[in-house]
Amino acid sequence: MLQYIVRRVVLMIPTLFVISLISFAIIQLPPGDFLSSYVAQLRAEGDAIDAAQLAALEEQYGLNQPVYVQYWKWISGILLRGDLGRSFEWGKPVSELIWDRIGITMLISLLTILLSWAIAIPAGVYAATHQYSIPDYLMSFISFLGLGTPSFMVALVALWVGLAFFGVNISGLFSEQYIDAPWSVGKVLDMLSRIWLPVVVLAIDNTASIIRTLRANLLDELNKPYVETARAKGVRETVLIWKYPVRVALNPFFSTVGWTLAALVSGETLVSVVLSYQTSGPLLLRALTSQDMYLAGSFILLLSTLTVIGTLISDILLAWVDPRIRLEE
Amino acid sequence: MATEGSIERPRADDAGLSTESARAEQIYVAPQWKLMWWKFRKHRMAMVSGVVLIVFYLAAIFCEFVAPYDPESFSTRYTLAPPSRIHFFDTEGNFRGPFIYGTKRERDPVTLRPIFVEDTSVIHPIRLFSPGQPYKLWGIFESNIRLFGIDAPIEEQGFFLLGADRLGRDLFSRIVYGARISLSIGLVGVFLSLILGIVLGGISGYYGGVIDNIIQRVIEFIRSIPAIPLWMGLSAALPADWPVVWVYFGITVILSLIGWTGLARVVRGRFLALREEDFVLAARLVGSSEMRIILRHMVPSFLSYIIATLTLAVPGMILAETGLSFIGLGLRAPAISWGVLLQEAQNLRSVALAPWVLLPGAAVVISILSFNFLGDGLRDAADPYAR
Repeated sequence: MLQYIVRRVVLMIPTLFVISLISFAIIQLPPGDFLSSYVAQLRAEGDAIDAAQLAALEEQYGLNQPVYVQYWKWISGILLRGDLGRSFEWGKPVSELIWDRIGITMLISLLTILLSWAIAIPAGVYAATHQYSIPDYLMSFISFLGLGTPSFMVALVALWVGLAFFGVNISGLFSEQYIDAPWSVGKVLDMLSRIWLPVVVLAIDNTASIIRTLRANLLDELNKPYVETARAKGVRETVLIWKYPVRVALNPFFSTVGWTLAALVSGETLVSVVLSYQTSGPLLLRALTSQDMYLAGSFILLLSTLTVIGTLISDILLAWVDPRIRLEE
Repeated sequence: MATEGSIERPRADDAGLSTESARAEQIYVAPQWKLMWWKFRKHRMAMVSGVVLIVFYLAAIFCEFVAPYDPESFSTRYTLAPPSRIHFFDTEGNFRGPFIYGTKRERDPVTLRPIFVEDTSVIHPIRLFSPGQPYKLWGIFESNIRLFGIDAPIEEQGFFLLGADRLGRDLFSRIVYGARISLSIGLVGVFLSLILGIVLGGISGYYGGVIDNIIQRVIEFIRSIPAIPLWMGLSAALPADWPVVWVYFGITVILSLIGWTGLARVVRGRFLALREEDFVLAARLVGSSEMRIILRHMVPSFLSYIIATLTLAVPGMILAETGLSFIGLGLRAPAISWGVLLQEAQNLRSVALAPWVLLPGAAVVISILSFNFLGDGLRDAADPYAR
């Protein structure tokens, strides 16, 4: 087991390295360096910038030096000092802006995974054991609809329904009095009373695909001889289904839970933009449109890194549950 | 896996035999593509979806002809006008064919919002192939015959099948024009991913070993990072002053750089399975070159799987383009795509007053569902021998 964990962690290092390269490339992509736009911005606001300050910034970020030096300064700053650079639009270090939002994004994604499993596993098992029944057709229909409808469309329609039929604006993650308030018990409760909407919206998509995969896998398993044997032995049907074939049928998507996490973080970005939630999506979008590149690059770096770490954790849990995985290769 | 067999024709109606055995013989001698077609035909939803997609793509190809108005022609009189109601019987109950009444714009006495009232004294019949605004089909053929329209120009009376947007432009025309970009970006993107997927998946599956390992790690890497933030970052880097066509291709390249992984996995899987088949060994023994084995023997036998997987990959591309354009990082106006049209729906006031601005989303959902069903049917048909 320890050997398995070590191997996975070692394999993760090149992945993280490539992620950092891509994020750095995104920071560097817009024409011109950020410092000149910063200076231009300060001038536009009527502030003068003195040469010494400019030189200090240049030195800090290694501008006018080869790209690899700049990369090294950037990545070592993150690894050694947790310094993600500065957001020029907000005039603050990126690390002050980013963590709350990433935390909420991850919370929404995790809640979505839990909710969609809670719905999809019983539903999928029912659909497979009652093949061609009316609920089965109904579930197939709903899950196809769920697959066909992009989450941000669902969010838009939800907004419209809330406004047109109930007269309430359900956008925003906090009530007005809490938006700029520091974290408190009241704020957390307020958030929890609103967070279910994106969770449900995102879960529709995910639930749909799990039901379909689970149904297909389970249908394959149900015809196998071991099921017949167990039945002949007189094992009760419910126990039999849940104890053997369901566990086998669930395997393939437990092993791709990391991709689910990536897809959810992805989907959450768009849904939050639609619902104007104070999570990473809208801030990333704003940073990208205003070319606040350290902020944008840090979001991409951290979201990807956390997703990869999430995948690692789920893989380790899986290997702990299922010996076949850790003994492979 | 005899593709050469496709020249033979099943002797279907020999001497009017319609018995079980004739049917069995028919299946026995049928070439593979025919078996696939029979199997595919059984999948009702896939058939329906196929027809829907053909209609959509025809509309996209001939969008200038299908749309009743130029997508940019606007009239402030019709700001957020609701869909025109189509009538068949006039106020006296006489059948008049499909027609619309003239509309007058008035203000709601209470809310002061503009409302549109039908004027039952004016009747505009809807005609097929009616002359309308002039256009150039594909920028070449000039004409003014549109698929359908009313007898009055838009300045006098607008005919809005699906309502009008904030600037008083006909939403139906804009959705039809948007189909050209939104539907084609899926195909072009999938085509690019196909090239990457077949080359890398093929190498990975055929050679195996270290190369396989590396390519598999790359695929896992790409799939384990969240795509939309990455897409957002990359497409934000496309220069804002690029012409529409460049942005279009830029976006497709960005989408397929991440989208090829699913395809590569399928190709690799098939290669791994086929590599061990007897006919590949036989080809190798008679001295065929590697390239010939791959192209002449292996590719034809998994082509059907590739087509099915491709069909299932198109919706992802369409969705991605819609999402990116929707948040303003993909295509931008004046380009017209479904995502660009949906930007209008970001304005809550518009949505509340005129829910029909959500309709481009319905076009997205219908085409995605159709591709999913079609792909499902094709995947079942790809292996006609399975039960």
